[in-house]
Amino acid sequence: MRKTFSFHGGIHPPENKHQSVRSAITDAGIPPELIIPLSQHIGAPAGVVVTIGEHVLKGQVIAEAQGFVSVPKHAPTSGTIHAIEDRLIAHPSGHFAPCIVIIPDGKDEWIECKGRPDYETLDKLALIDLIRHAGIAGMGGAGFPSSVKLSVKAGTHIETLIINGTECEPYITADDALMRERADQIIEGAKILRHIIGPQETLIGVEDNKPEGIAALRAAAQGSGIEVVQFPTKYPSGGEKQLIEILTGKQVPSGGLPSQVGVVCQNIGSTVAIYEAIVHGRPLISRVTTVTGDAVREPQNFQTLIGTPMRFLLEKAGYQPEKNKRLIMGGPMMGFTVPDIDVPIVKTTNCLLAPTEDELPTPPPAQACIRCGMCAEACPASLLPQQLFWFAQGKEFEKLEEHNLFDCIECGACSYACPSNIPLVQYYRASKAEILQLRRDHAKAEASRVRFESRQERLEQAEAEKEAKRAARKKAAEQRAQAGGGDTTEDPIQAAIARAQAKKAAQQGAGGEQSELETLEKAVVSGQKRLDTATAKLEEATAQGSDFVEALQTGVEKTRAKLQKAEQALTDYQQTHNQAAAEPDEPPADAAKAAIEKAMAKRQAEAALSPAEKALADLAKLQQRLQKTQNTLAQSRANGEEEKVIVALESTVVRLTEKISSTQQQLQQAEDA
Amino acid sequence: MIATLIQYPLFAALLALVGLAAVFGALLGYAAVRFKTEGNPIADEINNILPQTQCGQCGYPGCRPYAEAIANGEDINKCPPGGEAGIQALADLLDVEPLPLDSEHGVVAAVPSVAFIREAECIGCTKCIQACPVDAILGAAKQMHTVIISECTGCDLCVEPCPVDCIDMIPQQESLQTWHWNLPDPVSRHVDIIATDEPQDDASRDRAA
Repeated sequence: MRKTFSFHGGIHPPENKHQSVRSAITDAGIPPELIIPLSQHIGAPAGVVVTIGEHVLKGQVIAEAQGFVSVPKHAPTSGTIHAIEDRLIAHPSGHFAPCIVIIPDGKDEWIECKGRPDYETLDKLALIDLIRHAGIAGMGGAGFPSSVKLSVKAGTHIETLIINGTECEPYITADDALMRERADQIIEGAKILRHIIGPQETLIGVEDNKPEGIAALRAAAQGSGIEVVQFPTKYPSGGEKQLIEILTGKQVPSGGLPSQVGVVCQNIGSTVAIYEAIVHGRPLISRVTTVTGDAVREPQNFQTLIGTPMRFLLEKAGYQPEKNKRLIMGGPMMGFTVPDIDVPIVKTTNCLLAPTEDELPTPPPAQACIRCGMCAEACPASLLPQQLFWFAQGKEFEKLEEHNLFDCIECGACSYACPSNIPLVQYYRASKAEILQLRRDHAKAEASRVRFESRQERLEQAEAEKEAKRAARKKAAEQRAQAGGGDTTEDPIQAAIARAQAKKAAQQGAGGEQSELETLEKAVVSGQKRLDTATAKLEEATAQGSDFVEALQTGVEKTRAKLQKAEQALTDYQQTHNQAAAEPDEPPADAAKAAIEKAMAKRQAEAALSPAEKALADLAKLQQRLQKTQNTLAQSRANGEEEKVIVALESTVVRLTEKISSTQQQLQQAEDA
Repeated sequence: MIATLIQYPLFAALLALVGLAAVFGALLGYAAVRFKTEGNPIADEINNILPQTQCGQCGYPGCRPYAEAIANGEDINKCPPGGEAGIQALADLLDVEPLPLDSEHGVVAAVPSVAFIREAECIGCTKCIQACPVDAILGAAKQMHTVIISECTGCDLCVEPCPVDCIDMIPQQESLQTWHWNLPDPVSRHVDIIATDEPQDDASRDRAA
């Protein structure tokens, strides 16, 4: 007889388990519609891989796992995908969630399943992968993906593998029924798990209120080296940390995982599912669900397809809706009221409890805390529920965390023990959620801060770069101005004027309506220019041994071809228009050059003038302009132009008059000198 | 030298004090250089409490500048996204009286919202991108823009610059991931503090009578 330990606190609520184990597990059959929520487990929802109208076979993957902590979903029977839409699901929020709806065809046709009864030849990772692909998530209630739980970090030494057959919550008998009827499958599943984990010992922990189950398991476990351990009934022995303490005497550290004390835990239901997945290759598409409570005529355990609407199952058990005020998924301690009777059974639905009002009365109104300390005595996690209650009321989240709120397993023992009927667990659940929300908000704020700061940095950098460029340009301009000195050709303004004049001269030179000829000439000139630059670049690149030589080479060739084309077009044009004699020998580029030369000569002539002469010339020009503007102004007035135009013209006149007077002054000075 | 010191004890005392002052001065000076703190630590702590929406409702261009202003004596009640909880946290940190939120700077939104660009109407002007303090808007000139919801702080700074008014602030829907249990209603708890105050059924009233 193995020595067992006990944990702090715990309660003994009425068990009410006998009602549902009077008969064997019944097959619930195929309902008219199956609703499979994409998220039935902890972690990321699965991603749909089927389309509406597609025919699926039993066991076919209909949604793939997304990410590490996620499991796929399989079709529970053969049929047609009717819809992929949001449906009401079994969740205390009463929210809608994405679901795949299948209309069964009644044939219940399996997809080809390949079992591996020779699992001992497979390695650990391959087996974990098979378990993952079978969509197995913890079937005890939380729904944590089994494959993740079994992927123990390399180097962790696992001493004990525990199969959790405790099922401590009142009313629920799903695991008990499995132990009675499928003990050999449980043992086989445990062997597979033992092969994966490689522990020193494998234990199956069962409370002593299930003698038939224990007997069946012991018979099946004969000679397998798996020990079935029996211990006194107490709620909540089935909590993972509590069971570990009962069987090994070790406490899992706060916030830690069982593997830290060398233990891995699996539920009975999950163990059977793992057996099915490995030995028969069948994914998790059905489970045993207890339907019980005084509002059903025949409480019993059903082998139910995942996705079966609860109504279908309840009606099989003789549901009396008039007697039932609220339907609970899970047990009376940790379960929650489902929002509607048509929501589907999911992988974690171990029990449907339909109690009458007499059986589970509405809790009487809460009274003030009398500080009796019963809750602290009942708490299996050795917390101070009373203290936590005060802090939760005052929203003192830091204090709550200091008092290890997150070690609370939400078992409800404190609420059960409270003589003032205070819904203590409700306070802890809400506070936990609030703290998690705050943590999320803080993480988001932190991310926003980082983004804001890097944006700020980027903007500053861009501004600095712009500033540096501006400074460099300014400096370069200054240098040019200095280096150029009196050299007129370097003056950008002068150069621009020269360009403009050259253009005009070229236009005049060509004369009349020869825009087409002009464009052709321009094309030739610019082509020549481009070819020159390209050739220069190519030469440079060749000298430096750049990688782009080839590209540049083709570029030069292309430009040359273009230039030839343009020249050809020009000659063609000239020939057709019979103007070849006009000035065919003088390339237009030369015309531009001539214009530039002319402009330069003019400029030099200007520079050669004395200040007095210059001022005189300026004055003449200005007077001319003034005359012209005044004329325009008079004309505009006469034509009744817009006021804006007139105002602008007037201001121009004033400005010109001012300029003339200043030029006159200059002239005076020059003459004086 | 020693003889002189013995002869003039006042001088000796003076010398000793000056010597001590010089030694400690040097020590303090060294420590000031050696253990210099970069930036303003209190402003950092304040900045950690602020919600980092960078919305500018406080009148400062971002949370960091407001944090620095608070460190220099600005009021702590100008941050609507932080809400009462934020003001309380600031008051605790700075050990001042918590003030009610200054309504001049806005009111606390009941639910956080995120910006949403009606993409069919977006003309790709990039004005919202330039306005977004956390680079949460994706797009390029003359290309459609869109909001990266997970990065949006809901500051609504992008709404105003949009020339075609195609940005909406959408309150975030409660999802399965964000849903959580609420605290039991404390009001009803106090109303029902004495269970026998409840209206009784006829039978028990008869018995009482």
